[in-house]
Amino acid sequence: MKPIIPIAFVRIVQLGVKSLLLHKMRSALTMLGIIFGVCSVIAMLAIGEGASHEAQEAIKKLGSSNVIIRSVKRTPENNSAGQSKRSFVAEYGLTYRDAARLQATIPGIRRVLPLRIMRDDVRFSTISHPCQIIGTHPLYPEINGLDLLAGRFLTETDETYQNNICAITLSLAESLFTGQNPLEQEVKIGPNYFRVVGIVRERGTEQKRPQSGATEGQTIDANVYIPLSSARSRFGDVIFRRSAGSFEAEKVELHQLTLQFENPDSVETAVPLIQRALERFHTLKDYELVVPLELLRQAERTKRIFNVVLGSIAAISLLVGGIGIMNIMLATVTERTREIGIRRALGAKKQDITTQFLVETVVLSVGGGLIGVLVGVTAPLLVEQIAGMKTIITWWSVVIAFGISALVGVVFGLYPARRAAGLDPIEALRHT
Amino acid sequence: MKSQPIIQLEGLTKTYDLGEVQVHALRGLNITIDPGSYVAIMGASGSGKSTLLNILGCLDRPTGGRYWLGGDDVSTLEDDALSIIRGQRLGFIFQSYNLIDQLTVVENIHVPLFYQGRDLEQCWDQCVQLAGLVGLGDRLDHRPKQLSGGQQQRVAIARSLVNDPLLILADEPTGNLDSQTGREVLEVLGRLNAAGKTIVLVTHGEEVAARAHRVIRMKDGLVDRDELNRKSVAAAAHVATAHADAAAAR
Ligand SMILES: Nc1ncnc2c1ncn2[C@@H]1O[C@H](COP(=O)(O)OP(=O)(O)O)[C@@H](O)[C@H]1O
Ligand SMILES: [Mg+2]
Repeated sequence: MKPIIPIAFVRIVQLGVKSLLLHKMRSALTMLGIIFGVCSVIAMLAIGEGASHEAQEAIKKLGSSNVIIRSVKRTPENNSAGQSKRSFVAEYGLTYRDAARLQATIPGIRRVLPLRIMRDDVRFSTISHPCQIIGTHPLYPEINGLDLLAGRFLTETDETYQNNICAITLSLAESLFTGQNPLEQEVKIGPNYFRVVGIVRERGTEQKRPQSGATEGQTIDANVYIPLSSARSRFGDVIFRRSAGSFEAEKVELHQLTLQFENPDSVETAVPLIQRALERFHTLKDYELVVPLELLRQAERTKRIFNVVLGSIAAISLLVGGIGIMNIMLATVTERTREIGIRRALGAKKQDITTQFLVETVVLSVGGGLIGVLVGVTAPLLVEQIAGMKTIITWWSVVIAFGISALVGVVFGLYPARRAAGLDPIEALRHT
Repeated sequence: MKSQPIIQLEGLTKTYDLGEVQVHALRGLNITIDPGSYVAIMGASGSGKSTLLNILGCLDRPTGGRYWLGGDDVSTLEDDALSIIRGQRLGFIFQSYNLIDQLTVVENIHVPLFYQGRDLEQCWDQCVQLAGLVGLGDRLDHRPKQLSGGQQQRVAIARSLVNDPLLILADEPTGNLDSQTGREVLEVLGRLNAAGKTIVLVTHGEEVAARAHRVIRMKDGLVDRDELNRKSVAAAAHVATAHADAAAAR
């Protein structure tokens, strides 16, 4: 008399399903708790994952072994209040000397990428397009993630000879050169002509549509890259801006410095050193430090907290579902006391009764879990469609949610099942 | 014909310990039952009949004494072992039929085999044959609630036979039936006994007991009288011969 486990198991599952189908409404309602629990775990994690993924991608794009310093306009208060705006030239921000100093003094620095950013219209024949003019070094594509689509990017030679050449982004090329090959054409920026030598694309902008925030007609990545030396000699350090009838002039040498370190570890030790070095030469804090690594860590911390909160909510809802199941199973055991007695009299061991009722509970919870997975996998898709939020369904959230639902069945089914098995057969048979 | 007894009780006692009071339900029984017997147990209410039948049915353990079932001492077996004995060697017929409501006739008949690890598909023929034997061959898919009391009891009889038991135990099998259906059920039991099954039944009815070969009358947990029933023994012998003839003729 050896019990043959697999066949016996199939039979006992069939028996359980049959018993549950006798009370369809009751079984369905009991499952509902688990369905909601599992579904909410998967859906909420998917939404959270989607949100944090977007944030992390944005941060990662900045580079985890980079430190970015940006110039920030901050003028002395008394000046701006008292003096005529027309004659005032706001002078602030990072300088070429800052760049040289940092490169020379901060340990672990591999390369320094300076950036000068101006806004102006770019013209080709009759077409004019507003865009960003970025004066930079040949390193730019590597450090900032730029793909070369055609031609070449800026070279050291261009930098040395202050060549009037430029690389432009694909979207700008499309709007300026309708149908023509942009390479070797000359575009006009202000009074200067620049020869187009390359077409590039910022990594991560492949699919992006112009967002509502961008000005009309201006795609978000309409960029012109020119050698930094050319930018300095052709446009100078002072930028004029016309606004509300008055000129505004700013003198900014560099808008951004990207410090690339050997590895993420050296970033941590370098950050306080950079701060101290800058503080010495900038009495006003006219710069800001962006440390992607720190942002990334912060984002991860936030995500972890988020997951813990979600996990607790999910655990509670599954707990409630489990208690619901236990409640129903206890009622079922009482209701079926007679049946238990009969089965015991006809040869069922205690273990057989335990298994029978445990299987029923597990079928309920696993069934609920399966439906919950289905709903939980669909719900984020709906959220994506309706709310336009990005969602990511992770396989582990499905596995965990489903696993816990099955576990809930076992944990909360065990007590009722043991109680059923523990009944005295004679008493059970006498039960009406 | 002298063979090993199916049941042998030696000084069997059962005491219910209710804390302050101790109820001595059985106070030392010595009973031997041979294979093929048809035994009726009678007695006033509270005389210990059900207690005795529960112990014989391995649903309960005696407080003292010995109980040999088919040569094995089962008085001190563990719960699991008792379950196995019940499933393999015993058939039960209850006063209130005790069928499982959600199962069909065939499925109910199959239950004892289920716990011996045998599929309904595997023993379908056997279960259907037994349903036919008790006259329910055309009700295989019916549920207990759709059957009359007599029919239900016949399903219970078929079920008690499915594991080919050494012994069939019946606790007032006709108690819930009208006299006509009761007689039909007793007919079935009579035929089973004639075919060689050992039957022990508890009853209040003298006419029920009249069909048994032996009547044990109990009183206060002891055997009051234990006598053979000449008339029914002769009748049974006659029926048995008739069966043998019929079998030979086939
Ligand atoms: N579970 C029990 N607990 C306590 N006393 C019991 C129990 N079962 C039976 N008894 C007592 O044992 C005696 C015999 O009962 P029982 O075997 O049911 O008698 P019968 O079936 O002949 O009417 C009675 O006095 C009854 O009260
Ligand atoms: Mg009784």
